[in-house]
Amino acid sequence: MAEISRLSRRTFVFGSVAVAGGVAFGSYGRAQEAPKAAANPLAAGLAPDSVTFNPWVEISPEKIILIAQHADKGQGVGSIQPVMIAEELDLEPGQFEVRFAGPSPAYYNSGFAHELAPFMAPDQSPEAEKARAAALEWLRKSGLQMTGGSSAIPDTYDKLRVAGAVARETLKAAAAKRSGIAVADLRTEAGNVILPDGAKIPYVALAAEAAKIPPVTDVKLRDPKQWRMIGKPMERLDIRPKVTGELKFGIDRVMDGMVYAAVQLNPNKGQPIKSYDASKAEKMPGVRKILKISNGIAVIATNSWYAMKAAEQVKCEWAPSKYPAEQADHWKAVGASFTSEFLGKQWRNDGDVEAGLKAGKLVEAEYRAPYVAHAPLEPLSGIGIVTDAGMEIWVGHQSPQAVQQIAAKAIGMKPEQVTFHNEWMGGSFGHRLEFENVRVLAEIANQLRGTPVKLVFSREQDFLQDIPRQIAMARYRGSVQDGKIVAADFQVAATTPFKGLLERMGTVSKDPDSQLAVGIWNVYYDIPNYRSASYEVQGLSPSTTWRSVGASANGFFTEGFMDELIHAAGLDPLQARIDLCKIPIYRKILETVGEMADWKGPLGNGKGRGVAFVESFGTAVAEIVEVTMTDAGIRIDKVWVAADVGKVVDPVNFENNVQGSVVWGLGHAMNCEITYANGAAQQTNYHHHEGMRLYQCPVIEVRGLENDFTVRGLGEPPVPPAAPALANAIFAATGRRIREMPFNKFIDFV
Amino acid sequence: MLELTVNGIKHQVDVVPEMPLLWVLRDELGITSPKYGCGIAQCGACTVHVDGHAVRSCQARIADVAGKAVTTIEAVGHGKLHPVQEAWIEHQVPQCGYCQIGQMMQAISLLTLIPNPSDDEINQVMSGNLCRCGTYERIRAAIHTAARKMGGA
Repeated sequence: MAEISRLSRRTFVFGSVAVAGGVAFGSYGRAQEAPKAAANPLAAGLAPDSVTFNPWVEISPEKIILIAQHADKGQGVGSIQPVMIAEELDLEPGQFEVRFAGPSPAYYNSGFAHELAPFMAPDQSPEAEKARAAALEWLRKSGLQMTGGSSAIPDTYDKLRVAGAVARETLKAAAAKRSGIAVADLRTEAGNVILPDGAKIPYVALAAEAAKIPPVTDVKLRDPKQWRMIGKPMERLDIRPKVTGELKFGIDRVMDGMVYAAVQLNPNKGQPIKSYDASKAEKMPGVRKILKISNGIAVIATNSWYAMKAAEQVKCEWAPSKYPAEQADHWKAVGASFTSEFLGKQWRNDGDVEAGLKAGKLVEAEYRAPYVAHAPLEPLSGIGIVTDAGMEIWVGHQSPQAVQQIAAKAIGMKPEQVTFHNEWMGGSFGHRLEFENVRVLAEIANQLRGTPVKLVFSREQDFLQDIPRQIAMARYRGSVQDGKIVAADFQVAATTPFKGLLERMGTVSKDPDSQLAVGIWNVYYDIPNYRSASYEVQGLSPSTTWRSVGASANGFFTEGFMDELIHAAGLDPLQARIDLCKIPIYRKILETVGEMADWKGPLGNGKGRGVAFVESFGTAVAEIVEVTMTDAGIRIDKVWVAADVGKVVDPVNFENNVQGSVVWGLGHAMNCEITYANGAAQQTNYHHHEGMRLYQCPVIEVRGLENDFTVRGLGEPPVPPAAPALANAIFAATGRRIREMPFNKFIDFV
Repeated sequence: MLELTVNGIKHQVDVVPEMPLLWVLRDELGITSPKYGCGIAQCGACTVHVDGHAVRSCQARIADVAGKAVTTIEAVGHGKLHPVQEAWIEHQVPQCGYCQIGQMMQAISLLTLIPNPSDDEINQVMSGNLCRCGTYERIRAAIHTAARKMGGA
């Protein structure tokens, strides 16, 4: 496709940045010892007469265990990942147990390869494919195991089906050996190898024999037409236990002899405690002990509530914050960062932007996105026990190896001395990529060696210690002439979410934060003179990955401002985007969402529609929001979403995830910000930072397209278009442009 | 010692009278289906029934519920799934699922008071239950389905 190769050539300058470890992950790989060949971690603890074919399947004479490689934060991998194995292994739901992967380089995330390679998502040029292959090899060597970046399905779509097929064919080989019947005459169904006469040999009965033969690795994956489960509506495996209340989240785990801990930590994030007075707290009911830890105090009690109540009553003197104490100074610093000193990278420079800006009517605007919190409903928690031999920790986390590193460092041990068990999570949205609960739990348990400690953050501590989404500002200019967009110059200044996370994982990166490129680099509109750059603000609040990361702010800026340019050019917001979009499958997404909404231009009568289109993590999503201006404020009536993921593996969960992403994007755009005063976040519970509640939730109609050349992730990409589509709808209904989140600072919502 | 009846079973608990019911259930009795989310009645994850009415257990002092009948999700279906639970499964409402026990306890209470609620009534009664995953459309649909199952519609 001519358009794509033109984009590739344009971006090849960017492509000259070192591929392996150059862009997204900085020097993470260099900080790790590259394992030679990742051993199957299931082999180590294998019971007698049991077999493991690969890191995802284990069969004993009693049961079949399938490993969900990624962490389940609610997105459904604890169901779809075992189902993808079961599809090829011919197992039915209920015939196997699901466990989460422990830390091992065998579970490296191949799904990051596309994000690592500096080529745009639709680019299938040989150069792009070569870069992706190099990135994949680097990932394999680094052994980086992480849930994030909407990578769970791209990572596992092929490898789990292969894992299931290898297990199936090896079981058939074992059955052939036992029965003397040729493999070609055997088939498998519902956990059994079936002989030609209809006799069944259960897989579990073949475990011991299968362990004695080499795994059959030359397998052919089934034609998708034969699939029983993938791509069809199915009941998620975790739905029933979540509805009956039987499913245990991390916070629900108990252990014999455990004590309960709650903390009060320095709200000036990352700073130590100077002194404290616990004279009142130590006399409170249920309190056993009060411990000093590096950045606060911990109360040990007989019950979480006693511990939380007492922790509130400890008077602490804190070291002051390293970042500005007051919010206004944060914005001032962001505004002062659009200079060469802070330049992260100029991501694109097509044509002659300065000449283009002089050619037509100039449009200029400043946009803002505040800090926001993650605040998953299950607060941070964990159970840990430290002995002289090491630490064992049970905590819901997206980075198993990083948990080992952080905990080990906190107690002066080696990462391999930390045994990690993952847990079902009550949401994350990026919160459980950070480590405050892990480090704090390790410090507490280390002072109580031999005793299991259950740590639960109060909601207030969870908010106060949340490392928020980046704060960001955009200064955009563009010009229009004769109904055409002639030039666009997109400059963004923000704190660095991904570099910040890497630094806290122990890896300082000198590379630009590639997340700040998302939404200003991968823009697919044909604008002849186009420039974009990111500036990295220094010295502010630590920032981290918040569902959809860079695009959560940049998508709003770019699609809000594109709407302004399109309006200035006198064009229809949807048709103009379709006409400008140079990627055929992306045009199709825009056309589809237009068909779904029956878009026919302005609605009148206080109603307005806005459209937005953003690609993030390789998945392109178009959304239309319809609003009505009422006497009480803006009411969101309906949202239409079209997303292309190459293959919809689980249609029900697909719809649920898209709807949830839209609620996330809209709710925070309307209602949420974190602001600092005296160095502490001012929002400490949900009445300050609600997101969306049910009464504000519109009908959200979803369509999944399957035109993309590869299988894409979905956990984040529907988030970024929601905010700009809402802002653009509000403009269409009221004539008012909102350029700063949260919108409720400027307009009321019903 | 305070006496408490949970799901028809009597328990003796030795805690201060102001301890919220939530923490007695979770940490003293090991009933972890009511969840801690906010501690100030802003999220509804801790919702249980006290004498048949939805109550935020993080706000109910144990001394005030002693002698009353506390019901958690384990007992709403009397050994089977409650129609609301069936509807939640049919619509595959949960994502992370952490809020959903509280959502269902609130929905059961709603359907007891209003057997066939309108969307507006659902909005009013259910908006105190926060869902960070954004499952609201499915919650609304599941409540309508449950109303039909329970003969209200």
